[in-house]
Amino acid sequence: MKKPIYMDNSATTPCDPRVAEKLCQHLTTEGVYGNPASRSHEYGWLADEAAEAGRAHVAALIGASPKEIVWTSGATESDNLALKGAAHFYKKKGNHLITVKTEHKAILDTCRQLEREGFEVTYLDPKEDGRLDLAVLEAAIKPETILVSVMHVNNEIGVIQNMSAIGKLTREKGILLHCDAAQSAGKIPVDVNEMNVDLLSLSAHKIYGPKGIGALYVRRKPRVRLEAQIHGGGHERGMRSGTLATHQIVGMGEAFRIAKEELASEAERIGKLRDKLLKGLQDIEEVYVNGDMEHRIPGNLNISFNYVEGESLIMALKDVAVSSGSACTSASLEPSYVLRALGRSDELAHSSIRFTIGRFTTEEEIDYTIELVKGKIGKLRELSPLWDMYKEGIDLSSVQWAAH
Amino acid sequence: MAYSEKVLDHYENPRNVGTFDKDDTSVGTGMVGAPACGDVMKLQLKVSDKGVIEDAKFKTYGCGSAIASSSLVTEWVKGKSIDEALEIKNSDIAEELALPPVKIHCSVLAEDAIKAAIEDYKGKQK
Repeated sequence: MKKPIYMDNSATTPCDPRVAEKLCQHLTTEGVYGNPASRSHEYGWLADEAAEAGRAHVAALIGASPKEIVWTSGATESDNLALKGAAHFYKKKGNHLITVKTEHKAILDTCRQLEREGFEVTYLDPKEDGRLDLAVLEAAIKPETILVSVMHVNNEIGVIQNMSAIGKLTREKGILLHCDAAQSAGKIPVDVNEMNVDLLSLSAHKIYGPKGIGALYVRRKPRVRLEAQIHGGGHERGMRSGTLATHQIVGMGEAFRIAKEELASEAERIGKLRDKLLKGLQDIEEVYVNGDMEHRIPGNLNISFNYVEGESLIMALKDVAVSSGSACTSASLEPSYVLRALGRSDELAHSSIRFTIGRFTTEEEIDYTIELVKGKIGKLRELSPLWDMYKEGIDLSSVQWAAH
Repeated sequence: MAYSEKVLDHYENPRNVGTFDKDDTSVGTGMVGAPACGDVMKLQLKVSDKGVIEDAKFKTYGCGSAIASSSLVTEWVKGKSIDEALEIKNSDIAEELALPPVKIHCSVLAEDAIKAAIEDYKGKQK
């Protein structure tokens, strides 16, 4: 068993060896290294063929046409292109956008920028389980609303939004729907027509592809228009200029091809491992699962160990690579905004750990992790004055704390 | 983030973890911080008739640097008079543990804990 055990598969994943092999065939003189935009020789033609095959694989996983796929540098760029591109193009139609407080920073910070440009943005509160209340969304829609952006699966808590219900509503109202699917594609079924989405962001490195490549799905029927954010040679039908990164595109294509083929069996295997981990950790007193358990991707477990601070737990779990919603792991000293938006107390947000299981996680690793966490939680609670107070029956919310 | 060896040492082998009877008149208890901020330190000092700190215990909820800061302080205050203990500055703690800027607040909290424990002790002597 290799240590530290990697349980941070929502942060990134290793390239599948099949992906790496294929990617490497598109770099050197022996490989296909031409510029796909070169129309005058075979080097270009072969590279174009390889890139278009990748495009077809990506489109197939989400039920789209290859013509609706625009390559980008990753989901962050896709989110930027979708929101800024649509807002700028449709600004005469309206200036209002709607999103959710638990979205990724790539959405929230892009919305902040649009606000600085004069757009108005509504940030909706999710329910306590992390899901969006459709009635809350409907009530926020105004005549000026041009776009709604909701992520399919949350990166911290793994909770799945009901995109087809949201899509039905936005389609009825004639509003564009953007969906960040970086954490869902390849893990659960994604179908752009069933969901009625108009724009959908994808990433390669979250599903065993290379970093630095992503895509934006842009619907053709009914046609969605975007104002380009990067100008140049007019690649990708003018929506995103720049020489296509053939090797990365091939890698992303292969990753998406494998994902489509293995999705069902992989989801089942990973789900069983996650459930085993949850069952093992639930033996510990005062643990709380963050977010809805039923509508959640198979690989995610976000859990708070009350009275133990997240960063100190991460230090104790140095043989397991996980992430925490604790403030101390970020530069901002603020605990996870996602857990706060769910109405979790600061204490529980500070005490949260995210385990994300992936293709290469083994049962042996799960067993090891359970035993390790149990031991370390015991040790840290012996150190914790809050645990003592809890055991003495003191209600911590009744104590006058000196905030600092 | 990489931790200094001293932080790791105190974190892995915390000194003087435990609790004294808080109602004992020779014991001063200081509890500082807040759960919502991610750290709470409880420092207890046992003071002799001559005003010398004979023993110290701590419990801390917080990050590794917070645990190390409070563990270090229990070592430093032992054998000191209460006036000498009040001279321990957060900058001394931060320097000893090589705390990065984002963790300086942990050393501030440890200094506050000493002051709070001594204040509690003095209050009991009246």
